[in-house]
Amino acid sequence: MKSRIYPFYFVIGTLCLYLLLFVVPSIMGLFYSFTDWSSYSEEINYIGLENFKIIFSPEEHYFSALSNTVWFTVATTILKTGLGIVFALILNEGVLFRNFHRGLIFMPSILSFIIVGLIFKSILNPETGLLNVFLNRIGLSFLAKQWLVDLKYAFNSIIAVDTWKGLGYIMTIIIAGLQSIPPEYYEAADIDGAHYFSKLRYVTLPLLKPAITITIVLNVLYGLKIFDTVYVLTNGGPGYATEVLYTSVFREFGLGRYGVGTAMSTVLFVMMSVIGYFTVKLLDRKEVEF
Amino acid sequence: MSRKYTVSVVIKNIIAWMVSIVMMVPLLLIFINSLKDKAQASSMGMDLPKTLHFENYLIVIERGKLLRSFFNSMFYAGSAILIAILLTSMAAYVLARNKTRLNRFLYFFIIMGLAMPVNYVSLMKVMQLTHLNNTRIGIALLYATIQVPISVFLIYGFIGTIPLELDEAGILDGCSPIRLYFNIVMPLLKPVLVTVAILTFMDAWNQFSFPLYYLNSSTKWPMTLAVYSFFGQFHKEWNLVSADILLTSLPVLIIYLLGQKYIISGMTVGSVKG
Repeated sequence: MKSRIYPFYFVIGTLCLYLLLFVVPSIMGLFYSFTDWSSYSEEINYIGLENFKIIFSPEEHYFSALSNTVWFTVATTILKTGLGIVFALILNEGVLFRNFHRGLIFMPSILSFIIVGLIFKSILNPETGLLNVFLNRIGLSFLAKQWLVDLKYAFNSIIAVDTWKGLGYIMTIIIAGLQSIPPEYYEAADIDGAHYFSKLRYVTLPLLKPAITITIVLNVLYGLKIFDTVYVLTNGGPGYATEVLYTSVFREFGLGRYGVGTAMSTVLFVMMSVIGYFTVKLLDRKEVEF
Repeated sequence: MSRKYTVSVVIKNIIAWMVSIVMMVPLLLIFINSLKDKAQASSMGMDLPKTLHFENYLIVIERGKLLRSFFNSMFYAGSAILIAILLTSMAAYVLARNKTRLNRFLYFFIIMGLAMPVNYVSLMKVMQLTHLNNTRIGIALLYATIQVPISVFLIYGFIGTIPLELDEAGILDGCSPIRLYFNIVMPLLKPVLVTVAILTFMDAWNQFSFPLYYLNSSTKWPMTLAVYSFFGQFHKEWNLVSADILLTSLPVLIIYLLGQKYIISGMTVGSVKG
């Protein structure tokens, strides 16, 4: 009876798109990662774990792309969540033009990564870039570095740019979390004579836990898939110093070495299946409480 | 006590302004430089333009072929929105209303896509086999597909808040499933559909990877790819690059100013309860 009112053919269009352009390529990719598929030959042969050996061998540059991706994810997650909490606490009350500040801090997260990348290519330019010009003018020339060129700073510069872009989004989620805390808790704490920091420690942070969890999940899912920002800012350079997983895949794709490219995607696929499983569990728990 | 309080308020306000300035300066920088001449823009500083060069915008539109890429972007975003609102909402509705074992599984299977990565290399194989590679339709379908998980998740959650009695009343009146959905249920989904449409628009407008992988011919490029290639050609003329950046971002900025409420609720939904 129910299936007559809510017929299955309503689902079919979406399901077909999703299967054809998302699920099938992922599964095909699993198989292709055990082959020597490339643009040089028509034939595709099974070569076992050869591609994975290349990816994980210390002599090649693929492994550093993997470790860079993980480092990027950890660093941006900590920075955005940490700063997001601090700024959310500051902007939650007692600030004039609160909505103006919030709107402005959120704004970079709606811009395209390409745009943000291009803007910061200019700002971080060692000679003419706004950052170094500013540092020189206020007498801090020793802090002016070759931001995107120097091996030591290039990757951290990318992390900083990404934090600039994504911070407002995370902050907004935390603010929503803060506003869902019932004021009675603070009133009770005031009666007990609690100070700001003990209120923060015993009321605010424990009740913010769900919001913080979701921001961490979002950051991790996003960080592992990073591509555009790195592609525009450094394209993996200097050398392979700032290469991440998806820029590596794109490079292999351009060189026609599809086998290694799919194998790298498969590594990401396995990592994200595990994280994805927990994410879905988490989202489902929420959905019940809507 | 009250003095300590005032001090903390002052410090809070100062920090808020400092953060806002850090967020605003890069955007302001682009705006200011888009109005300079080539020589003055080459240093990309915050100094104001000596004379205003509004013609930069016209030059960029012509040389960067921005009208063409604007309409491409509009086509991709528009089709993705249409598919999201029609197909995806129908799917989410049935999955939410008829919770059979299969449908429960499909719902999880679809929202797993929120986490999963795209395998661009093997997707190219599928694009070639289906003759979608290097076609406008292919890109539009990809943009729509990538939005399926988040749209299903948002609409599914919202349908739970619509009383079942409405469906029952419709059935008693003898509505067919199609009429029941389009005449009775869908109009009530308006808030969530607006959110989904806006999020789809922003994502589609900012998409870069799909066209980079699957569009060879520049006539089909969206604005993101066009601005990137324009930068490659004119990287010495930052006044023009700035104007291009501004024009490319304008649509999302306008949507953001108009639909801020929907964007923030859509991007943060379900993230705080639990």
